[in-house]
Amino acid sequence: MHSPMRTPLGRVRGLGSARSGTEHFFVQRLTAIGTLILAVIFLCIVISLLGESYNTVHATLANPLVAVVILLMLLSITVHMRIGMQVVIEDYLHNEGVKVLAIIANTFFTTVIGLAGAFAVLKISMGG
Amino acid sequence: MADSPPRIVRPISPHLQIYRPLFTMVMSIVHRITGMALYFGTVLLVWWLLAAASSPNAYTTFANVAGSWIGRLVLLGFTWALIHHALGGVRHLIWDTIHGFGPKERVLLAKATLAGSIALTIIVWAIGLAVKS
Repeated sequence: MHSPMRTPLGRVRGLGSARSGTEHFFVQRLTAIGTLILAVIFLCIVISLLGESYNTVHATLANPLVAVVILLMLLSITVHMRIGMQVVIEDYLHNEGVKVLAIIANTFFTTVIGLAGAFAVLKISMGG
Repeated sequence: MADSPPRIVRPISPHLQIYRPLFTMVMSIVHRITGMALYFGTVLLVWWLLAAASSPNAYTTFANVAGSWIGRLVLLGFTWALIHHALGGVRHLIWDTIHGFGPKERVLLAKATLAGSIALTIIVWAIGLAVKS
């Protein structure tokens, strides 16, 4: 079957005009499982630091294992929450302009959260 | 040229205001609400990390706010939202395996999610308060 409207590459990829298929669905599950594991470890770290002094908290966050867990969690949650909020935006905001602005703001917010958190952890880890 | 037919106002699909709230439906909505709460709650997480990366003074400010009664109330809600959303997520993962869709299973899973989230929140806070004292 040949359609003049689709390129051979487009047919091979099997994707429509949205240019993506189940990527969001899959990544949302992937990050859910990742966050599930990481959040349990993170919760243990937070409980161990309750009421502790600045120096203790700083020293714990400087531990490479703790730092890597938090960095991985930041990556996992920001990807997960960006997709999740985009679904909510697409479901409830029907004005095209407002919707596009909200999706842009969503990307900005999740990027800032991820980068700011990662910067803080890395600064502590690198002896800041 | 013929007149275009008048636009017919068709009934739109029934939505939240129309349906009688069902337990599983409310749980689905709560999953979204907790997800959104956690979304904005990440500001607290980043505040904590940035405060620890900044200075003892910045950390004291954070610790004072987090330790105040309103701060603790927010953190309690944060804990419950996190656990509820996590268990709701596990429920979704079970559904992904094409299990848990039966009429009894659906309600059972929803009840387990709600009961589990409350129980685990109490356990986490009990451990937290025990560790702190």
